[in-house]
Amino acid sequence: MARIVETDTTEVPRVEVDPVTLDLVENGLRNARYEMDEVLFRTALSPGIREQHDEFPLIADPAGKMVVGQFGLSIPDFLAGFDGDIGEGDVLLTSDPYACGAAISHANDWLVVLPIFVAGRVVGWASMFGHMSDVGGKTPSSMPTDARTIYEEGVVIPPFKLYEAGRVNEDALRIILNQVRVPDWNRADLNGLVAACRTAARRVQEMCARFGVETYLSALDALLQRNHDAMKALLHLVFEEGRTLSFTDYICDDGVGFGPYELKLSLTRTGDKVHLDFTGSSPQAQGPINYYLNENLARMFFGIYMITVADPQILWNDGFYPLVDVTIPDGSYWKPKHPAALNARNHGIGRVFDLFGGLLGQTNPALLNAAGFSSSPHFMYSGNYSGGERKGEWFQLYSIGFGGIPGRPLGDGPDGHSLWPSFVNIPCEFLESYYPLRIEKWETIADTGGAGLHRGGNGVDVAYHFLEPGTIAIHDDRWLMYPWGVNGGAPGARGRKWIDRVDGSREILPSKCHDVPVRPGDVLHFVTWGGGGWGDPLLRDPELVGLEVRRGLVTAAGARRYGVVVDDAGTTDPAATEALRAQLRAGRPEELPVFDMGPGLDEILARCEEETGLPAPTRPVWA
Amino acid sequence: MSYRLGVDVGGTFTDVLLVDEESGSTWRAKTASTPSDQSIGVLHGIDKVCAEAGVERGDIAHVLHGTTVATNAILEGKGATVGLVTTRGFRQVLQIARSFVPGGLAGWIIWPKPEPLAALENTVEAPERIGSDGSVVLALDEEATRAALRVLRANGVEALAVSLINAFADDRHERRIAELAAEELPGVEVSLSSVVLPEMREYERALTTVANGYVQPQVARYVANLSAQLTRQGVPGELSILRSDGGLSAAEAAISAPVTMLLSGPAGGVTGAVWVAEQSGHTELITFDMGGTSTDVALVRGGTARIGRETKVGDLTVRASAVDVRTVGAGGGSIAHVPQLTRALRVGPQSAGAEPGPAAYGKGGAEPTVTDANVVLGYLPTTLAGGEITLDREAARAAVQTVADAMGLPSAEAAAAGIIDIVNENMLGGLRLVSVQQGFDPRDFALVAFGGAGPLHANALGRLTGAWPVIVPPSPGVLCALGDATTSARDESARTVLRKLDELDAAELRAVFGELAESASRRLVGQGVPAGEHTVTYSADLRFVGQGNELAVTFDAGLLGADDGPAQLARRFDAEHERLFSFTLPAGHELVNARATVSGPRPRVAPIRLEPGDGDVSAARTGATRIYVDGDFVDAGLYDRLKLRAGDVVPGPAIVVEMDSTTLVLPGHTATADAGGSLLIRPSVTEA
Repeated sequence: MARIVETDTTEVPRVEVDPVTLDLVENGLRNARYEMDEVLFRTALSPGIREQHDEFPLIADPAGKMVVGQFGLSIPDFLAGFDGDIGEGDVLLTSDPYACGAAISHANDWLVVLPIFVAGRVVGWASMFGHMSDVGGKTPSSMPTDARTIYEEGVVIPPFKLYEAGRVNEDALRIILNQVRVPDWNRADLNGLVAACRTAARRVQEMCARFGVETYLSALDALLQRNHDAMKALLHLVFEEGRTLSFTDYICDDGVGFGPYELKLSLTRTGDKVHLDFTGSSPQAQGPINYYLNENLARMFFGIYMITVADPQILWNDGFYPLVDVTIPDGSYWKPKHPAALNARNHGIGRVFDLFGGLLGQTNPALLNAAGFSSSPHFMYSGNYSGGERKGEWFQLYSIGFGGIPGRPLGDGPDGHSLWPSFVNIPCEFLESYYPLRIEKWETIADTGGAGLHRGGNGVDVAYHFLEPGTIAIHDDRWLMYPWGVNGGAPGARGRKWIDRVDGSREILPSKCHDVPVRPGDVLHFVTWGGGGWGDPLLRDPELVGLEVRRGLVTAAGARRYGVVVDDAGTTDPAATEALRAQLRAGRPEELPVFDMGPGLDEILARCEEETGLPAPTRPVWA
Repeated sequence: MSYRLGVDVGGTFTDVLLVDEESGSTWRAKTASTPSDQSIGVLHGIDKVCAEAGVERGDIAHVLHGTTVATNAILEGKGATVGLVTTRGFRQVLQIARSFVPGGLAGWIIWPKPEPLAALENTVEAPERIGSDGSVVLALDEEATRAALRVLRANGVEALAVSLINAFADDRHERRIAELAAEELPGVEVSLSSVVLPEMREYERALTTVANGYVQPQVARYVANLSAQLTRQGVPGELSILRSDGGLSAAEAAISAPVTMLLSGPAGGVTGAVWVAEQSGHTELITFDMGGTSTDVALVRGGTARIGRETKVGDLTVRASAVDVRTVGAGGGSIAHVPQLTRALRVGPQSAGAEPGPAAYGKGGAEPTVTDANVVLGYLPTTLAGGEITLDREAARAAVQTVADAMGLPSAEAAAAGIIDIVNENMLGGLRLVSVQQGFDPRDFALVAFGGAGPLHANALGRLTGAWPVIVPPSPGVLCALGDATTSARDESARTVLRKLDELDAAELRAVFGELAESASRRLVGQGVPAGEHTVTYSADLRFVGQGNELAVTFDAGLLGADDGPAQLARRFDAEHERLFSFTLPAGHELVNARATVSGPRPRVAPIRLEPGDGDVSAARTGATRIYVDGDFVDAGLYDRLKLRAGDVVPGPAIVVEMDSTTLVLPGHTATADAGGSLLIRPSVTEA
């Protein structure tokens, strides 16, 4: 347990905060949080943060409760796991999920935490973690798809003082940076994380100066209380007393031949509280897909779905956590035992959103979207230049792909967009200027979005033509289990990956692989999943379907899924459409299912090899 | 005798300012705007000002105009039907839009995706490929390209944009497609990405090129029509249009690159504010332009507005140089609301707009706005715009009372004060964006407040930021017209370089920038500005090798002349990085984009001169009114701004009224009328 060294330990009396001051503090915290993002984006070197913004900031109260942020992390757990003094000017760093109660969930994420002092007293914490594009280990980018222990996943940093009283621990930093492939990236990104946290600290100190420490801290309490009260009212409004809701989704495989992993979540409200229960989920995986989930993070994800719609401007915080009990079974997918491998947990993070969506949408149609969160599909390419001016020089690409956004109550899911906040793709011209590759195609694929009144977004096909020999790695999912549709909407298409070799052969790749050799002239097709459809496709305006045929987003053949008869030029045939729709209606049940997950699991597994070109995985079992 | 004429067309009024080019003397006139054809109001204004000054139309040598025609085309979605030609495999570049979804986690649930500016059915592919080094990987298939262009013709496109992959490195295929388009789509204007924005990043370049085509026909029609009208009315002067970066562009040049004029309006305000503040002896400024639905802020150092590389209009962000104006989505029309669940007070982003407008306008609006709060507190007199608008105080009160009820506040005044505090806090966020977050301390700057609502909130923002004095220039429309009349002709050339600084020697650096300066200079000569009068400034977008974003470093010919130019550039970048982010890296530097801006001379305009007063402000005092401030009612003096004389000191609390704006002076502050016609608000000595 950390010991906090304060020169002023007197109790800060709490005072009444008028509602307007409260909103001013809320606004100031929000500005500080976005400023943290900005500082890091602008200064980072590693592609994961620089171009794709894979980072998450947080400002906490003196007890470590998050008062602003969006991906929560648990400062109390972090402090519990740190044995030593923490004083003014200290900056702590860790990358060990097992040492901080899963405040971070794989070793690529470096977590910086610093105390914010005003007049010798801790008035809060600033913290931020970012995904380092490489932390060493056996494969470039440090995400080996066949890892079975965390020891294979690069340097794992226990919580320690990167800065003590403002002075950096150069020796420790040197030891850490000696483990990684591109130390310049890590050094710059770490600088950025620290600079961002210090910016947040400065903003908090300014607010304390402007409003007074008593008022500032009292305002934080009130902001936490505001979330608490809002959530309490919302829980009563949305969930029936005593009724248990459940939802199950899957991760297709674990990279070493097992799958699909069943992920189950149940919810019951009793009185003021709800209970989130992950019991019924598969055991921990042998491969690296385990998602070590912090209970507070589960609360946070739950809260996001609940409050976003009620007051989109609300400042996210931990205030409602006491209203949510969480059960995560030991040894399950969500709470694996050390030293289980964790690097590829991004599929699980994605799936958690589909799980909450499917679960909460059952009570609140305004929140029921179709499925779309496959994961955060990763693509890596690295090697040494074989000739020319840069002969021998190391290159290492790390990038994140995007698929179809699900059909939504609001409308169609955008094609080839990000489900993650502030993520963007790396421009083709940037990639071609800095890496030995050429992109032959970057487009969304017609008909891959699930049919629906609101269509699911199409998946994306990016065709990478390699110009230098090297190796590639892929992390993706939803190649086997479908992105489900809702309220009568159809599932979206599954993702695929293959290489057209320069010798003319075609090689199907699994969705999780690394160290796959490529040669100049080989072309990789990285095809992501489509979003599920929302609502009855037979109710979609035929003219809109015709327009989408003209746009190349739906084919004439694909239009038949909407019961629309249309030619390749997008001209609809109203009479034939009416007839086809009548025929399709006659051949289906009166009541459309709320969820359409595609064929049953047994059928999917039986047809796996035939449909995907890949062997069916083996079902995992609890020991 | 020859005269310059500055023209600003606002939503309500058209302001014109006539300047005697020899003496610098000015005359002003204000007429109602004519939205259906803005040129009618402009010509009416010219008549009025000429009559007032006793000047013949034939003596007007230059007409300088800031226009919102391009901006409105985008905001109203009424631009041209644009066809887009991309490299094969990249037809969906605007559809994918870098895959970006705004908002936080779960933000995708509530995000309505805007339609691409060039529809996907009007986007075609050319079989061709240029490599990132500018080499031809695949020659252009002309027949297939012609066929694709014929599809666009059949679709009835009104403008064509061509944006090919790596065209920033080599433009030969784009130029060839322009030639093919001249045959296949005769009469359709073509925008090439290699001309509009020869910089890396295919999405941003395509979008900017399409935006250029999108607004081009309207801008061309408007500018051509206005030019013709001016000629017909006997005005011989050449028409120039204000660019987003605050420079002037000949009408012809404006028509070919209208994307550089999207922020013509706000740029006029900032340019005018700079000029007015200079008359009061201030060159370090934060400008604060608060209108009905949004507020623009910008930072000015040494009398020069910071220029940004992005232009934002509504949802659209394009890469075009513009005065670095940050927009806060709140203004006088912003609606206050209290979400039931959290009972927090929120102001905006919804706005009552012009219709129905604030409740106080009595046009059916019932929701409480910032303007209503100002009325309830007594800050806004009940007649506005010289009597054209009468405010309904009771309606405002009723609307604001709903906020008081929802929050459990004791009175409508308390709720109104809360609304003002919250909206001021939003404004403060914007002011911090351009100051603190760029490493500048707002206390080192004066705050120049304008726009319909700016002067009402300015004193409070001075208090929040410590930026003194708060300068309130003469009426807002005049300010923009002044901006139009006081700026200089400008042109710019830019290109992507992508070279490491330590691999460039001083001569190469000189060559890169020299070439750009030459081409911009040539175009400016073409616009009638002799080379001898040109001033050149350079700017380099630099980053540490491996970073994803650049910082712009500006410099002059001195650096280019030095033997260690590249090293000096690196040092300047380091200093900027240190200031912004508090650290530098041991990595090398990369020159990403190079840019040269060439300007003509700045015209002479004589400052407005108020008659000196005798120290007695009572002549301007028209009465008193009750206002609610800091939790209590106090008596505030009412003053007529037009009656203030130089040196007059208005003690707060006070309200200073003119036709199209109202200034609030808080207790503990004074407003001094200076000789240039501005009000300078400062804390009273006792408080300071």
